[in-house]
Amino acid sequence: MTKDWKPRIVAFFCNWCTYTAADLAGVSRLKYASNVRVIRLMCSGRVDPQFILEALTHGADGVLIGGCHPFDCHYVEGNYKMLRRFQLLKRLLADMGIEDQRVRLEWISAAEGDKVKRVINDLTQQIQALGPLGFPSKVADWDREMTELEHHVTATAAGVCACGESEMAAAKPEVAHV
Amino acid sequence: MNSNREELRIGFYVCHCGHNIAATVDCAEVARYVGTLPHVALSREYKYMCSDPGQELIQQDIREHKLNRVVVASCSPLLHEHTFRGATEAGGLNPFYFHMVNIREHNSWVHTDRKEATEKAKALAQAAIERVAHHKALEVKRVKIHADVLVVGGGIAGIHAAMTMANAGKKVYLVEREPTIGGHMAKFDKTFPTLDCAACILTPKMSEVGNHPNITLWTYSEVTKVDGYVGNYKVTVKHKPRYIVEDACVGCMECIDACVYKTPKFEDEFNEGLGKRKPVFIPFPQATPQVVIIDPETCLNLKTGKCKKTCVEACADRMAIDFTQQETFDEIEVGTMIVATGFKTFDAKRVPAYGYGVYPNVYTALEVERLVNASGPTGGEVITRDGRHPKSIGIIHCVGSRDKKTNVWCSRVCCMYSMKLALLLKEHTGAEIYNFYIDIRTPGKGYEEFYNKLLDEGVHFIRGRVGEVTDWAMTPEEEGKLTIRVEDTLAGYVRRIPVDMVVLATGLEPQQDAQDVRRLFNLSCGGEGWFLERHPKLAPVSTFTDGIFIAGGCQGPRDIPDTVAQAGAAAAECLALIDKGYVEQEPNTAFVLAEECSGCKSCIPLCPYTAIAFDESSKVAVINEALCKGCGTCVASCPSGSIVQNLFEDDEVFSEIKGVLAYD
Repeated sequence: MTKDWKPRIVAFFCNWCTYTAADLAGVSRLKYASNVRVIRLMCSGRVDPQFILEALTHGADGVLIGGCHPFDCHYVEGNYKMLRRFQLLKRLLADMGIEDQRVRLEWISAAEGDKVKRVINDLTQQIQALGPLGFPSKVADWDREMTELEHHVTATAAGVCACGESEMAAAKPEVAHV
Repeated sequence: MNSNREELRIGFYVCHCGHNIAATVDCAEVARYVGTLPHVALSREYKYMCSDPGQELIQQDIREHKLNRVVVASCSPLLHEHTFRGATEAGGLNPFYFHMVNIREHNSWVHTDRKEATEKAKALAQAAIERVAHHKALEVKRVKIHADVLVVGGGIAGIHAAMTMANAGKKVYLVEREPTIGGHMAKFDKTFPTLDCAACILTPKMSEVGNHPNITLWTYSEVTKVDGYVGNYKVTVKHKPRYIVEDACVGCMECIDACVYKTPKFEDEFNEGLGKRKPVFIPFPQATPQVVIIDPETCLNLKTGKCKKTCVEACADRMAIDFTQQETFDEIEVGTMIVATGFKTFDAKRVPAYGYGVYPNVYTALEVERLVNASGPTGGEVITRDGRHPKSIGIIHCVGSRDKKTNVWCSRVCCMYSMKLALLLKEHTGAEIYNFYIDIRTPGKGYEEFYNKLLDEGVHFIRGRVGEVTDWAMTPEEEGKLTIRVEDTLAGYVRRIPVDMVVLATGLEPQQDAQDVRRLFNLSCGGEGWFLERHPKLAPVSTFTDGIFIAGGCQGPRDIPDTVAQAGAAAAECLALIDKGYVEQEPNTAFVLAEECSGCKSCIPLCPYTAIAFDESSKVAVINEALCKGCGTCVASCPSGSIVQNLFEDDEVFSEIKGVLAYD
């Protein structure tokens, strides 16, 4: 890790609460770390778990999702849908070896400009301490493994040997995962 | 319309916003970098992109350089997306071939390091460049606006807004939860700085509202449900039982005289508990509507069922009294709404050092308004709770305002109303009046002059926050009096000033149920609980929900002139929408790709607006565009990826993610 390494964080903010809060932070001239790149969505309910994985795969060291507080969703309950998905996603991320602190869900209302500042600074600090995630290289490794496995499977299938059957059965679900 | 196969020619513009952006972001470097990205036909920097020449530049470039996509990096899209979409359209492109990058609110204003801010601007710009390539031409849908309006809250704000719109020929529903309209203003004696009698200027407006053919006035009623969207709201209003048939009651008040309680026995809310009323009462003589109300908490018949019901006898064949009345509900359709639900005054008991509720002669300002009022509980005679005519009175400013322990904001009206009460109390009693203030704030027409007038009248002003009010006498002069202990910060020492009566200038607070009201109407609140305007300067009466406007004290402390001005503004906003006849809706709705939908139905229960149905014949989900509000929840949940949200398509978001990360 180089000394001047700076984490890169992608944020998904809902239009009505958190994005507006970030605007408020700007209007109030609050100062916070410059590591977060905000992507605006209409609702935190639009945040597809794939967005988060995609961000990590493309080199983000952390992801922040901002939505309206419980009971306050502009679309009634999009934030609850996000929360449910988030809980499932966290288990998946843990299985992938991604630290819990890297992906965070926060409820930030349109009036909480100071919370935007606090959360961004806090998250940046935490991820700075964790160091780079290096997920793209991990994904590349996994891809390589998968390709090798695929080659192996096709090779054995083409070879039609006596032992091939059981190997294929073991490999199949892995291939299907690709 | 441009097809997606056509060669992409993106125009990129980075705005200096004067120094707002350029001071922190190296705009020339951003423009240079973006110019090197694929498909960028031209990349420019300009001082003010939102200005006419800035917009003209976009239009000219679209024509001359055959641009088919436009990206502007400037302020928040919530501020100027509309402006630049307009410019894009004026240049001959579909407005949705535009994308905006926020490098002011989200960048130059929140960062100080020029290098970091410039890097961030580049990353955000690159994301937009990659995203805009996936943009599609979309059409703005027009939705018709229902011409009827709902005004919630019958204080001076609601009254003025309702009258303005009714006079313009619109049908207005005015809903007030108290038995009469009038709000706080009806309780005031005089108004500052002109000393107009509050009732004299308010009550004619009240009766006008009551009689206006275009206004449906529902008092003692509350909004319980709001459905729909701008132009087409469905609102449910609950009418609480007042045990009086409003249409039959003529306001003769014979029932009040006839009540089995011969004398008024119960605390009178309108007079802040200083007077008494009977179980059947009218809040104040000019109440609108002129209809009595029966309080079920104190009415003998409603409480016990055992009463001679002399009121019913007195009402005789008018038959206006109905003890069987139940809650009823009305469902109405309106296109626009004004929320003018007002404020509440600070509970003085929260500052125990001032002895409110402990010493009988400590009053709140609102109580004094009633005390000096000719139709108040004492007929305008200032007598303290222990029956004395005060010879000296202390008025303590900023009670529950400008105080970290209670509320930090300035309530704006207290300085002025304190001085008004000082003058009225002096007129009524001839007493020595002491004002204890932190700063005197008189920002209004004729307000500073009013302050000068008080100085001439010999009202005392002592600068300092009062430490305590006590009945513990240190000297013979303090015996039997309330002593105000204060550090006089101009004289530089602690003083003790004995007085007969203390008036607490209590500040303004959001209503107790402001949060419930906010949720009901899908509004936002600031941290303090005041309703949040869409923009503090340029959209002061708009909210984040289209078609719903706010006016008056529910948005923040304000005086009557400002409240009326705001109510007029809110009415004008409604009228502008109604007379336009339609609203344009952001085309960010979702649709199902029928050929890819597996018919799993998992999206159907997710939609909060029941916009998704299952088409039994084709076995796929179908989204009703009219009902879809464009949150995108179904899109994120579709296992087969067969739902698409316009403006937020998967490809658009994915390319934005890659874009922000492409730059190191």
